[in-house]
Amino acid sequence: MADLNDNVQRAATIAVLVENEAGVLARVIGLFSGRGYNIDSLTVAPVDEHGRLSRITVVTTGTEMVIEQIKAQLDRLVPVHKVSDLTLEGPHLTRELALIKVVGTGSARQEALRLADAFRARVVDATTESFVFEMTGSGEKLDAFISLMRPIGLAEVSRTGAVAIVRGTSSLTA
Amino acid sequence: MSPQTLPAASATTSLTGAEIVLRALKEQGVDVIFGYPGGAVLPIYDAIFQQNAIRHILVRHEQAAVHAAEGYARSTGKVGCVLVTSGPGATNAVTGLVDALMDSIPIVCLTGQVATHLIGNDAFQEADTTGITRPATKHNYLVKDIRKLAETVHDAFYVARSGRPGPVVIDLPKDILVGKGPYTEAPKREHRSYRPQVEPDAGQIRKAVAMLKAAKRPVVYAGGGVINAGPEAAALLGKLVRMASLPCTNTLMGLGAFPASDPQFLGMLGMHGTYEANLAMHGCDVMFNIGARFDDRVTGRLNAFSPGSLKIHADIDPSSINKNVKVEVPVVGDAAAVLRAMIAAWDEEPAQQDREAIAAWWRQIDLWRGKKCLDYVQTGKIIKPQHAVKRLYELTKESGRETFISTEVGQHQMWAAQYFGFEKPNRWMTSGGLGTMGYGLPAAMGVQVAHPDALCIDIAGEASILMNIQEMATLAQYRLPVKVFILNNQYMGMVRQWQELLHGSRYSESYSEALPDFVKLAESFHGVGMRIEGADDLDRVIREMIAIDRPVIVDCAVDEKENVMPMIPSGAAHNEMLLASGQESGGGASVTDQGMGLV
Repeated sequence: MADLNDNVQRAATIAVLVENEAGVLARVIGLFSGRGYNIDSLTVAPVDEHGRLSRITVVTTGTEMVIEQIKAQLDRLVPVHKVSDLTLEGPHLTRELALIKVVGTGSARQEALRLADAFRARVVDATTESFVFEMTGSGEKLDAFISLMRPIGLAEVSRTGAVAIVRGTSSLTA
Repeated sequence: MSPQTLPAASATTSLTGAEIVLRALKEQGVDVIFGYPGGAVLPIYDAIFQQNAIRHILVRHEQAAVHAAEGYARSTGKVGCVLVTSGPGATNAVTGLVDALMDSIPIVCLTGQVATHLIGNDAFQEADTTGITRPATKHNYLVKDIRKLAETVHDAFYVARSGRPGPVVIDLPKDILVGKGPYTEAPKREHRSYRPQVEPDAGQIRKAVAMLKAAKRPVVYAGGGVINAGPEAAALLGKLVRMASLPCTNTLMGLGAFPASDPQFLGMLGMHGTYEANLAMHGCDVMFNIGARFDDRVTGRLNAFSPGSLKIHADIDPSSINKNVKVEVPVVGDAAAVLRAMIAAWDEEPAQQDREAIAAWWRQIDLWRGKKCLDYVQTGKIIKPQHAVKRLYELTKESGRETFISTEVGQHQMWAAQYFGFEKPNRWMTSGGLGTMGYGLPAAMGVQVAHPDALCIDIAGEASILMNIQEMATLAQYRLPVKVFILNNQYMGMVRQWQELLHGSRYSESYSEALPDFVKLAESFHGVGMRIEGADDLDRVIREMIAIDRPVIVDCAVDEKENVMPMIPSGAAHNEMLLASGQESGGGASVTDQGMGLV
């Protein structure tokens, strides 16, 4: 166990399985703001067949002591079923989706398409003066692509924040 | 329908929402509700009118309803129940809810709400109650479907009382209350998502026992969790402490968990704790924290808190563990279950206690006790507030009556904690976490409702008492013979004390100007008022107060300039206590600039 007294900050990707009920997201967000924890990103959607469970993926940074607190505080919320620190669970996949609009004409369009191809971004909308690219991957990959698009004519970005899952057979269930 | 009974329960019977609420409360064992009516909850009041199973106590302010329910809950171990209307009814209740949240008191608070189709329209007396109370409660609900109403009430009681107890709000739109739906009984199955760990892990218990048994300088630090776990937990604590010759200190919330008269009791610890308790905490080699949360009023400066000790922390709330202080052995579980398991595992642990070392440790503790840190000098006519509390304690003990004490917040609260001895749990109601002035009178009222024959005394200050003084009317209406004992020093004493110590004696706005005549005030509320001007009146008036079977306010004039001592100033460590003048100081702490920034 890492030393709870050290001041080293680490990132943590935490998956939270919650009852899909009114106010549950407000409870989670309120916990972070009320206790002064960071939220780097947060995603939520129902994940079971009946729509009764939602999975929240929250990426946060803090000292080991703070991250342990965040998990314990999340776990004691009444509608929370499970809390899992994917960063400690072992190898896991993290993905983010972005829709990126680039506006421009002439050679800029050619350059945008060439880079999109190299980054495996898909064109999901096109006009004579614009593209919308769809891209999934790690946050760093999305950052890299977006910064390349900036001088070419980046107009708008919409990103989901990270979703994550542990590799292999182990599963997070209620 | 007979006015005496509630409609028969069955999943097929269709009842109004208000009837469903009352039936569910009844099934949950509620016998009294503290409340205040208003438009949105009129259907529930109509249902209350038509039955006799549940008694309603009409308070004079919704904040007081919650404090009264807290007093009821803390003195009985049951869930306290509150009923208030929408909008201002709910917002007035918020202070009480946060108070219950901080002190882990089980409360279910029903709030009225505008009809579902009006929610969000800024309707008359509409407030976003679930939004406002989300961080003020352990959990809250907005009922939008009458078919889920009964289930929600049952769920709320389960959540309020399970795990670390706390307040729960159920927001009830008016159309739900007048609509018709089925009643469902409390489910027997486990809760879907909230299942706090009650039984501790056996491995952690073994580690805790091994560590505690090997200690040469042990100390037990017991808090409100022991009270919340029921009288059995306090009995088990006593058993463990005695069989292992452990010194035991209690937090403010834990007073009564271990008998004050026991020779192994060190007194309260923390900012205004005893010299021996704090130095034992500072100098111990193994600390066993059961049901306390390393609050900043207990630890003082964190990086100097009990620096050389190994720590065991047993708590039902995992988020309390390793929050402020890193511990070696965390144990998650109910205090009674943990203590039971530790006592059972004690003899299985092969190592023997170092009785010689523990005897030496007790000799050290006795040296600290020799400081007599709670001594004061009472001479002449002017009453020392400590003396007033001490005489109050001794004379109530002499009366032989079952006695419950509540307090407001400030100096009088600390003197009550220091000088009133509590032998049993559930006899002491105080606002520890939130520090709510105005808590004591309504809390005493709730205690008196639960224990009609007991002696219920609110030890108050002249400033705090004015924050919920309107409850004198409630006392009169229900003939609740609560005694209010005001230590009147004409100052917001704790504010004045801090201004003296931290702000160059500039007493900014802390003088209690234009005080009412408390004797006439008591009389105008149909009670008895008495005044104590000097030390020779003290015993006589206290005896008289105890004997009167009506609400009484005693206005006891005390020394204006007395400070609560000992004191660990903000930002100081346990071994840097300030002692009363005339006593040799421990480590000679003074208030640092850094400490000034702390509360």
